Formats: sequence, C-alpha cells, structure tokens
Amino acid sequence: MKDMTARNSKLDRSPLFTTVTYLIVGIIAFVCLVPFIVLIAGSFSSESSVLKEGFWFWPRELSLDAYRAIFRYPHDILSGYRVSILLTVVGTSVSLFISTMTAYVLYRKEVKYRSALAFFLFFTTLFNGGLAPYYLWLSKNLHLQNTYSVLILGPMFNVLFILILRSFIRGSVPEPLVESAKIDGAGDLRIFLQMVLPLSKPALASIGVFTALAYWNDWWTALMFTNKDYLIPLQYLLYKMLSSINLSAAMSQHVTNLDQPKETFKLAMTVVATGPIIVLFPFVQKYFVSGITIGAVKG
Amino acid sequence: MDLATETRKQTRIVPRDDERLKTGGFIRELIRNRILYLMFVPIAVYFIIFAYIPMAGIVMAFKDFNYRSGIFGSPWNGFDNFHYFFVSGKALLVTRNTVIYNVIFLTCYTAFSITAAIFIAEIQKKWFKKMAQSMMFLPYFISWVTVTAFVYNFLNYEYGIVNKILDAFHLSAIDIYSTTWYWYFILPFLYVWKWVGYGSVLYLAAIVGIDQEIYEAATIDGANRLQRITRITIPLLKPTMIILILLGLGRIMRGEFDMFYQLIGNNGTLMDTTDIIDTLVFRSLQGSLDFGMASSVGFYQSVLTLAIILFANYLVRRYDKEQALF
Repeated sequence: MKDMTARNSKLDRSPLFTTVTYLIVGIIAFVCLVPFIVLIAGSFSSESSVLKEGFWFWPRELSLDAYRAIFRYPHDILSGYRVSILLTVVGTSVSLFISTMTAYVLYRKEVKYRSALAFFLFFTTLFNGGLAPYYLWLSKNLHLQNTYSVLILGPMFNVLFILILRSFIRGSVPEPLVESAKIDGAGDLRIFLQMVLPLSKPALASIGVFTALAYWNDWWTALMFTNKDYLIPLQYLLYKMLSSINLSAAMSQHVTNLDQPKETFKLAMTVVATGPIIVLFPFVQKYFVSGITIGAVKG
Repeated sequence: MDLATETRKQTRIVPRDDERLKTGGFIRELIRNRILYLMFVPIAVYFIIFAYIPMAGIVMAFKDFNYRSGIFGSPWNGFDNFHYFFVSGKALLVTRNTVIYNVIFLTCYTAFSITAAIFIAEIQKKWFKKMAQSMMFLPYFISWVTVTAFVYNFLNYEYGIVNKILDAFHLSAIDIYSTTWYWYFILPFLYVWKWVGYGSVLYLAAIVGIDQEIYEAATIDGANRLQRITRITIPLLKPTMIILILLGLGRIMRGEFDMFYQLIGNNGTLMDTTDIIDTLVFRSLQGSLDFGMASSVGFYQSVLTLAIILFANYLVRRYDKEQALF
C-alpha cells in the first residue's frame, strides 16, 4: 500500500485533493476533541467569570476553586473511585476468564453439541423478557438489591465477545497443537490454562478494554438496584450530581452554604470522574482498534 | 419371501437401535468430554439465571402483577395491560420516535464513518493519521453521563458556549432545552460524535482489505484519486455497508437508552418528540411502578425486535450467506 501511494502521488499530484483530505479528517477529529477542551477549560475557570461571560474555549480567568470545592469533602468521590475500581477489576477479570473458557469449549471439535451451546448463548441477544421481569426477578426473588454482586454480575457477559474470542482461538490455536497436547497426556482443563489462555493474550487485551469500559461507564445497574451511598460507583455519583434536582441536594451540605462555585463544580466533577479513562486512553487505544477489527473479521 | 420379511423386520428395528445409540451417545458424549462440559457450566448457570428465567417472566405482560404472588403466581388478565398502551396512543408515539431516531442515527453514522474511513485511508502523513484517529476514538471511551456535562457546557441557556458564540455575532440566544426541533439535529450529531471513531475503524478495515492491484491497474489506466474513490473504494465497500446496515436495522426497536435518558431525562417539553420505547419502559418501572405498562411494552418491544432481526438476518442470508448471524 505504501509503495502504491508513493507512486500515486507522483502520478497525480493534486494539492487541492490533498488539502481537502486533510481538512475533512482534521475537522472531524477536531469536532470530536473540542468538547473535552471546553470541559477542561470550564473546570479551570473562576465561577465569577463564568457567571459573567459564560463558558469559553479557554479559561477566561484561571481558578482552581472548583477542584478545591470537590476535594474539601473528598469522601463521596473517593468512595466512588473505590467502588468503580473494585467493580472494574473484579468484574473484568472474572468475565474474561469465564468468557475465554466458554469460547474454548465452543472451539473444541470434540464437543459434539457446541453449536447448540453457542445458540443457547446467542439466543439471549435476540430475545429477552424485557426490563420488568428482569428487575423483579433480581430484586424480589434473588434479593440482589444493594449488593456488590448485582453490580458485578449485571453487566458481566457479552455474548458477542465470547463469539469473537472463539473465532480468535480458532485462528491462533491450530487444531493439531491441541491434538498433540492431548496425546502427550494433557487434560482439557490443562490445555486451556497452559496453552489456549496464554495464546489468546492479544484478544484478551482487546476484549478486556471493552469489558472494563463497560464496567467503568455503567451507571444504570447502580441506579436500578442500589440506594446505599457506599455502593455508588463514580459514574452514578456523577449522574446524581449533574441532574440538577439532585445537584442542590447533593451539594447543599458541602457547597451552597459555603458560597462555593456551582457551574464550574459540575465540570470539575466530570473531569475528576472521567480522568482515569483519559489518562489510560493512549495506552489502550491500540487494543480498541484491534478489538473492532477482530470482531469485524467474523462478527 | 421369508427373507424379505426378515429384512423388513430388521429395517424396522434398525431405527430403534439408532435411537438407543443416540441417547446412549448423548450421555456417553457428556461423560467423554465431561471436563469440557463442566467448563461450560458457569456461563450456562449465569445465562439461565440472568437471561432465561427473566425471559420466561415475559408472561408478566398478560398478568395482573402483585408483589405477594410474584411474576408466576399473579392472576392472568389477558390483554388488559396492553389496553392503555395502545389506546392512549403511546404505542404509536414511542414506536414512531424509536424508528425515526434509529433511522436517522444509522444513516448519519454510516455516512460519516465511510467518509472518515475513505479520507483517513488517503492520508499519507502517519502522525496526522494517528493523531486524528485518536481524537475520533476519544468520545467512545466516555459515558453518556459525561456527555451530559458536555451538552450542558455547550447548550446551557445562560452560560453555554453556543449562546456565547451567537452573542459574539450579535444574534439572540436560543433556548435549546425547550425547543423540540433542535433535538432532531443534536441527538444524531451526538450519536455520530460518539460512534464515528468506531465506525471508521470498521470501514477502514474493509478498505485496507481491498486488493491493491485493482488500484494499481486503475492508476495505470489514468484514474485520478477521486475517480479511484468513487469507482473502486465505494463500490467495493458496498457489501460491508449493506451487512452493517441490515444488522443495524435489527436493533431498530431498541434505542440508545443511555443517551436519551441522560440527555433528556424527564424534560416534559421534549418528552413527546424524544420518548422512545426504552425510556417509556424505564419510566413506568422507576417512577410509577406501573408493572402492567412496563411489562406489556417490554413484550411488544421484544417480540417486534425478534421478528425484525429474523427478517434482517433473512435478508443478510440472501445477500451473503457467510455474513448471516445464524
């Protein structure tokens, strides 16, 4: 491809076309980025400048007041971080292990009923009973309200990821390898733990990124099934603070009586809650890309 | 003659033998691969508890639910639950909104993803390509809760940046949160904003997969870059596009619930134009504990979704068997 494009540029040098190309891609990329800039700028602005002149692309008056207000009473946020990190780490690890194990079972040719098993999983993506029975079953019959279990188990599996893992294992663990391991006396579990799992690392990284994101960004399960403060994950905390009705309630104890920033507080809170993702983003984005492409090969 | 009856007897016996072998085979299969089947048990238990039992709970739509008797013990009440949903016109309203928004979303998403992918593929400066793509991926990583803050930041009447820009041009401020038609543009915009990075990777993968010799041959025949895009890239992307659109259509009855719930919430002014099936179900459950409404709308959505997916899959199958879901 590189070779070809080099030749192309010699054959038809069209500065206009090149400019348009860079312009279009640049504009799309810029539009994607701008809200982040405005958010960060707003969070570092002084409350008075926002009240007077509104938000802008850069802070009109630099100030750390909003962050100071947040970290004056850091209890809620630290608790949110604790819950979110716990859910993400535990949930992602368990989910990845069981998903890969399942994918391995579906991959083994010896399993005569593997396509029936795959359909057993896949059918749940086609049809469901709706929210009402799900909610009642989990909360009324299983008594999962206000437990870590529901926050971890609720978003745990994605059938699509299991099927992607299966096709990845198919592509990277050749059948004869499994055969020879069996002849050498390795059991099915051992083949999985010592051969398939290590060989699936690239796919695990990709699927892991998507799963971890799903946990980190999940506010819905907490909204549905919890009402205890110590169980509030970061995103749900953010939701509660942003929705204006709760904003006053949530902040009244900390903020209003101290005559603290309100508008910039929301933004600083968003920055604090989203921060870890933005910090980790450069390291995980290549797994994001490979995740989409292994899914696309046979999704 | 004797031999003939003998053989006939035997042929009659044979299938029975086969059956016995089959059942024996089933258990023998489980025993032979017991470790493998055991390894499937965790996921099976999970899906039975978290998917199949709630799935059976769909019968709730035909029941007069009360807490004491539970889903399966409550008395039947026929189609009573559906009555209000359809008679009030809610059914038509939310179905219309869900379909309209999803069609707009899918159209814009496809158009922008393909455009981005095509032009990204044309870019030769590696650093620019990488940086642009990184910027496009960023929105995918954040939650819709965070997007709410962005939207507030831009659209807030008093302090929002949009009104500040209008102000700078001496135009009067607009009240976006109480004007419905803006949202037919804002919501698709945000949808594309969040998904264009993802979609462009999908289509870029398809573009990279195109045989380079075709381009070389076209170049030798004197095709310029624009012609190569319109005559080669776009036609060759068509299969991918059709498959992705059909698969997207399968989800047309489900909405981007997070987005609608977070951005619109319980804004009464916008409710009529932005209430989708998912938000209606959620509200009847969360706010009013109207289990009859929630379960009947859920039933309606599930059944319709299944029918549409089956139809979409049938179309995919006819178009390209390899790509069909099942």
